[in-house]
Amino acid sequence: MKYVIIGNSAAGVGAVEGIRQIDIFGEIVIITNESHHTYSRPLISYFLFGKTTEEQMRYRGDSFYAENHCTLIQGTVTEVNAKTKQVYLSNGNQISFDKLLVATGSTAFVPPFEGLDLVDHKYTFMSFDDAQKLNNVLSQNKQVLIVGAGLIGLKCAEGILKRVAHVTVLDLAPKILSSILDDDSAKLVQFHLENMGLSFRLSCSVKRFEYNTAILDNGDRIPFDVLVLAVGVRPNTGLLKEVAQIDRGIFINEKSETTTPDIYAAGDCTQTFDVSSGQNKIMALLPNAYIQGECAGINMAGGKKSFDKAIPMNAIGFFGLHIITAGSYNGDAYTENKNGNYKRLFYSENKLNGYILVGNVEKAGIYTSLIRERTPLDTIDFVLVCEKPGLMAFTKNVRMVKLGGEKIK
Amino acid sequence: MKRVYVNEKWCLGCHLCEYHCAFADMNEKDMARALKNVKIKPKIKIEERDGVSFAVSCRHCQEPLCVKGCITGALTRVDGVVTINRDKCVNCYTCILICPYGAISSSDDGVVQKCELCIKTVVGTPACVRGCPNGAIVFEERQ
Repeated sequence: MKYVIIGNSAAGVGAVEGIRQIDIFGEIVIITNESHHTYSRPLISYFLFGKTTEEQMRYRGDSFYAENHCTLIQGTVTEVNAKTKQVYLSNGNQISFDKLLVATGSTAFVPPFEGLDLVDHKYTFMSFDDAQKLNNVLSQNKQVLIVGAGLIGLKCAEGILKRVAHVTVLDLAPKILSSILDDDSAKLVQFHLENMGLSFRLSCSVKRFEYNTAILDNGDRIPFDVLVLAVGVRPNTGLLKEVAQIDRGIFINEKSETTTPDIYAAGDCTQTFDVSSGQNKIMALLPNAYIQGECAGINMAGGKKSFDKAIPMNAIGFFGLHIITAGSYNGDAYTENKNGNYKRLFYSENKLNGYILVGNVEKAGIYTSLIRERTPLDTIDFVLVCEKPGLMAFTKNVRMVKLGGEKIK
Repeated sequence: MKRVYVNEKWCLGCHLCEYHCAFADMNEKDMARALKNVKIKPKIKIEERDGVSFAVSCRHCQEPLCVKGCITGALTRVDGVVTINRDKCVNCYTCILICPYGAISSSDDGVVQKCELCIKTVVGTPACVRGCPNGAIVFEERQ
């Protein structure tokens, strides 16, 4: 059996580890268009911050490929042929496969701003190469403008704030982190970031660039030395165009199968079922990428694995303030907002759908598990768990299984 | 493989497991002296309410979500024990987001902490088990 994996990040690594649980002999070829040992993409902001090093960013140990008997090829795949079961590389080579995993991730979306081509120092913030380029231009006299106050833009801002003169973050939305926070929690986090020295320009957009000045829609001008574009990301689905069904991401089922036999997909390039909202979504998160990749690997190797509990979830922090969110913000809400800690739980029809925690995030996983497992809330002490997440909210019998090692009756 | 199991029927709520857990990490000889006036941050924690109490620590899951979700590769499961590489952890809290038992917590060292069955500190039976005066925490091989 010959396995080909396109992508060398979390989903690709998950697939290798999944395949090797079942098949220790099959040939594995990993194709990557980056020139690095597998590394953790979310760590690029920690790298700029100085909290990790290139060495420590390695997602798996130095001997990972050797131990798993994988061949790592650097190259760019230009075409997947599902009929002849071959992938074509830009250097003219072709590689055959029995089972293929597309784990191509996503790419920073750069809107066609007028005048952008004449901006000297402009960067996106998705890869280690991006981070290294940015790293080379940072200095204490630089003014930085980041377009996009989402997860990527703000992690970038945290990573570089102390290394430059000033950082301004601009976003079209009226609040920061609009994909994961509600209004009140966004205000809390924004206040914290402003106290740390970040400046925000919200509810406004860049109309055009005049060399190193951004002209906003209201006419304001923001001069900068370094521009970071963190407007959003797009899944890399192109290789499976006309090969498998694609909506915004590549459609996969709970086995990580695409709609085409022997072709699997996992990670940020995919779209799958979110159990918390009942909708198909792109959930571009490292834990989901790894789990989908591992699941794909096991199934590619002839094992049986399902991952049918995907939900959106995020753990993110800025200068010591931690934020954990998960699920969908539908239904009634339970809210606590005191002493700089914020909690909002969303529930309906006897199920917890989602939550936002800022500050005190202790035992957040108890809430995540209630969402993932779709636990009926009338089987637990919901009033207690709202106030204090813990196993105390479950019945004694459930605890005997969870902690006491008893079998599920 | 031997694991820690909890029988809440026997738990006295004395919190001695927490103290033994904290002490096991300290490389000190005298427990009373080492812990005097110290605010401990143990890796095993008692939940208690209305006369019910029990200890919670890492279950060393067969398929640990924390390991699968770890963004750095700091958490690994080797020979059945889920351990943390403190040099790699960046304190992102993804494991706290994902652990269904609430068994991973923050520490004062800028990395998360969790029960590692005392494999790095104590030889043999974990400290919490040895310190439990009522057999409410046991270390056993079960099918």
